[in-house]
Amino acid sequence: MADRKYTEDHEWVEVDGETGMIGISDYAQEQLGDVVFVELPDVGKMLDRGDEAAVVESVKAAAEVYAPVGGEVIEVNDALNGDPSLVNTDAFGDGWFAKLRLTDPSELDELMDEAAYKTFCEGLG
Amino acid sequence: MRYLPLTENDRLEMLSAIGVGSVDDLFVDVPGDARFDGTFELSDHMAEYEVEAKIGAMAARNVTTADGPSFLGAGAYRHHVPAAVDHLVQRGEFLTSYTPYQPEISQGTLQALFEFQTMVALITGMEVANASMYDGATSCAEAVLMAQRVTRRSKAILSGGLHPHYREATETQSRYLDIAIDAHAPDLDGTEELSGAIDEDTACVVVQNPDVFGHVRDLAPLAEACHAAGALLVVAVTEAVSLGAIRPPGEMGADIVVAEGQSLGNAQGFGGPYVGLFAAREKYVRHMPGRLAGETVDEDGRRGWVLTLSTREQHIRREKATSNICTNSGLCALAFTIHLALLGEGGFRDLALLNHARAVELATRLEAVAGVEVLPQAFFNEFAVRLDGAAQDAVDALAARGILAGVPAARLFGRDAGLDDILLVAVSELTGASDMDALCDGLSEVLA
Amino acid sequence: MSGHSKDLSRPAPGPTPAGGVETVLGHQGLRLEEPLLFEIDNPGAAGVDLPAPPAGANRLGGLERTAAIGLPSASEPEIVRHFTRLSQKNYAIDMGTYPLGSCTMKHNPRLNEKMVRLPGFANLHPLQPESTVQGALELIDTLAHWLKELTGMPAVAMSPAAGAHGELCGVMAIRAALDDREGGPTTRRRILVPDSAHGTNPATAAVCGFAVDAIPSDARGRVDVKAFADKLDEDVAGIMITNPNTCGLFENDMIEIARLIHDVGGYFYCDGANFNAIVGRVRPGDLGIDCMHINLHKTFSTPHGGGGPGAGPVVLSDALAPFAPTPWVVHGPDGYGLVEHAADAGDARPFGRLKGFHGQMGMFIRAYAYMLSHGRDGLRQVASDAVLNANYVMSELSDVMTAAFDGPCMHECLFDDRFLKDSGVTTLDFAKAMIDEGYHPMTMYFPLVVHGAMLIEPTETESKRELDNFITVVRALVARVQAGESNAFASAPRLTPRRRLDETAAARRPVLRWTPDIPTAEAAE
Repeated sequence: MADRKYTEDHEWVEVDGETGMIGISDYAQEQLGDVVFVELPDVGKMLDRGDEAAVVESVKAAAEVYAPVGGEVIEVNDALNGDPSLVNTDAFGDGWFAKLRLTDPSELDELMDEAAYKTFCEGLG
Repeated sequence: MRYLPLTENDRLEMLSAIGVGSVDDLFVDVPGDARFDGTFELSDHMAEYEVEAKIGAMAARNVTTADGPSFLGAGAYRHHVPAAVDHLVQRGEFLTSYTPYQPEISQGTLQALFEFQTMVALITGMEVANASMYDGATSCAEAVLMAQRVTRRSKAILSGGLHPHYREATETQSRYLDIAIDAHAPDLDGTEELSGAIDEDTACVVVQNPDVFGHVRDLAPLAEACHAAGALLVVAVTEAVSLGAIRPPGEMGADIVVAEGQSLGNAQGFGGPYVGLFAAREKYVRHMPGRLAGETVDEDGRRGWVLTLSTREQHIRREKATSNICTNSGLCALAFTIHLALLGEGGFRDLALLNHARAVELATRLEAVAGVEVLPQAFFNEFAVRLDGAAQDAVDALAARGILAGVPAARLFGRDAGLDDILLVAVSELTGASDMDALCDGLSEVLA
Repeated sequence: MSGHSKDLSRPAPGPTPAGGVETVLGHQGLRLEEPLLFEIDNPGAAGVDLPAPPAGANRLGGLERTAAIGLPSASEPEIVRHFTRLSQKNYAIDMGTYPLGSCTMKHNPRLNEKMVRLPGFANLHPLQPESTVQGALELIDTLAHWLKELTGMPAVAMSPAAGAHGELCGVMAIRAALDDREGGPTTRRRILVPDSAHGTNPATAAVCGFAVDAIPSDARGRVDVKAFADKLDEDVAGIMITNPNTCGLFENDMIEIARLIHDVGGYFYCDGANFNAIVGRVRPGDLGIDCMHINLHKTFSTPHGGGGPGAGPVVLSDALAPFAPTPWVVHGPDGYGLVEHAADAGDARPFGRLKGFHGQMGMFIRAYAYMLSHGRDGLRQVASDAVLNANYVMSELSDVMTAAFDGPCMHECLFDDRFLKDSGVTTLDFAKAMIDEGYHPMTMYFPLVVHGAMLIEPTETESKRELDNFITVVRALVARVQAGESNAFASAPRLTPRRRLDETAAARRPVLRWTPDIPTAEAAE
């Protein structure tokens, strides 16, 4: 299990060197229901931490996905265009949204780790 | 009172069950200074026949397009609607049902909308259409907003041949948004060249075909110019029947088609309610405003329909919605669908060709009247004529003789547009030889 | 199962529905299966007779439509049968109770339909000379008078085509008034909206260049006036409040709220969707509002038609009246006329035109017939009976369901899903079970401020017998929940023309039209 960090809005980031892969958590996909469409950012876009990075649509809801850390979008998961259900079936793996070249890795320190996020979700009821 | 089932007995029983003494007790949350205990300057309740007499008297004070020769078009058209249409739309299951949010008990509405969407796509030559909008003018306004979303550019060029109501509704809807409207001067001669105005800020070019002056043009060159610059071509059609005879905008390269559907299934009705048609290329479907009926299956594996892609809409996306629109023009769209179903492939074409034939006949006859010049070379069922005198005066003089001669262009464009001598004349399958006699003779005398 | 079988000599009816009987064509007694028009295409048949178009030169400029369009053909009997069968798959007010909160699904009188079809209205072209349409203009002007009288407001914009359109009109008028006062684009950026608001409110604000700032509701389900006052400053353009609100409650502090917003120079938009609760008893103008849209298809009985058309005229205060959109009707010594251009508007400064022509005339005629029928006395009774019916339902269900707020409600009652806790039955399942019992479900999951909301609005046109039947059914369903029958709820509905439909698939792979020779939704794989 890689070093994943989480936000209170249920985004996650998984770092590999200078690159961070982002997505939404299993808790989030379950809340949303069947994902029908994901609006991904353009490659090359500069995101600050907290900027809207993507939009996830289920049948009954649409939710903004915010960048957990700032960076430049270097790759997006095109597989989601053909099969948005990957977000539901594999939120931490094949359901990833985008990869960012991090601008400030120290931002990671402000996020929750695995244990803290688990506690956080339990508190939500 | 005939619409209130509760009797005094019922009310007493119910108040007792609730545990209050009077209905006023239920209004306890309304502060004293908010309660109205005065008298409205309005009449008291009436029997049906009294209502009929009062409203009937208002109806009787009007002269209608059925009372004499009528040549009014310019965005609303007089066509024959088969009797079956009105009977079917008045079935309680269609008339008194709600938006199909519970698809299990709305398959009638949803299937009819799916059929409507298909028909609109077919007649416009486009890939996908929505379940209708308020009218042609608001559809046009929405198309410009959609083009802005798709291209992420902020300029819209409006043709000088676009119906002024469509232009004004577009300007109004865009007024407080980051969209610059470049509206061109009235294109009376049908010679405007818009390609030169397209630049890298242009989201779309909006043209009407046939345009408000009647000109029919090939839009393919303009479509190419738009696409070369990364802009969209929006084509507006005010007379849906024209699509039965003229090459449709989809075949000419349009990206979005908006139209007024009133001609099929819906009476002129003094301007509303009408039905806006909205069609586009499939790749833009997630940017489309309005409701969409989509096909799916139920738990038993049987085919059915649901409202879909709802997450574009206001009740979910809220401030990020594609528009603030809730409603489609459901019953009018149903009437459109039924009428077009009755016409069928052959009937729709024949209806269009009949309309055009009448227009050709009238144009030929008018060209022989002194003081009348027919402006378009190519047209469908309406055209602008230049008169030797003020069009409004001619219209008023002929109205006094029971002839509704057409729409003065100044009525649509305003008196400062320099179009005071222009009259917009329309015909339909209902226009007869004696109607044309009356118009030609009438104009002849009035212009002498 | 492809939907494209043109060979109807060997129809494929598909699986027998749950609770149904196996039949040859899949018909279930009076409920008949019916394919798409394109699948019953009968080339060579026609539903109209038209004279053959004369041969001869055309003047289409070489742009004739030559390729086949692809429209289906059929005779009148086939078309009548097709749409009659479709109609039988719809629930409707004419059939039964439609307790949708905030929709006001009241009876649609047939007198309205007769009046709108009078040839003296139906055959009028909107651009006829004004002298020929005096009766039509008189009707619009008279309806406008009724709306102003009932609301206590001095002006009304008649042209908006629906409620959301009326909302746009109101907020645009506010924007125009602010721009006018400030001599340029207003610097004010925010519109305050309660968190219980309908989604159109923020969407409309955005279209007018404003951002939305949410005001919390208090424990009593109303706008928290203190929280509202704290957000007020010179950056606030206005407030949008629904009254009675989306929880079915009267906003007690309307007058105070109006004073506060006016004190900072903002304007007060009122969403009139719930006017049915107070018509004839409260004049919104007395509460200090600046504009309110009225849904003619809610309070004033014009039919919902499966989703539209509606009409949303907007009453306006003196402050906003100058900015009303064109066109409007004027009444002078020479009779009635229309102002269609800003140049003819005198001192008024219209913000523009909202749609083609003059407005939803067909809905005006219907609403006017309804108003004349009820009269001022009857309309007041409408509100009384609407509120009585909702409170009766609430009091008869409160012991088995959980009302969201204490105290009497207005014309609609709101429950939350506490009574379903730990039962395994969701609000959605509960609603679907109502369908098998012969009822359209109530509004679910709205307003958002209440968990698993169920909003019930019976309206005044439900008889006591109908209400008692509804209450009996709902109580029985609650009892089944408590008896642990969650499976039955999850599989509902079972008796409808179609069971629960796969909305996920419809959104993931949208099929929005019929296409020849391309298979449509397949049977369960």
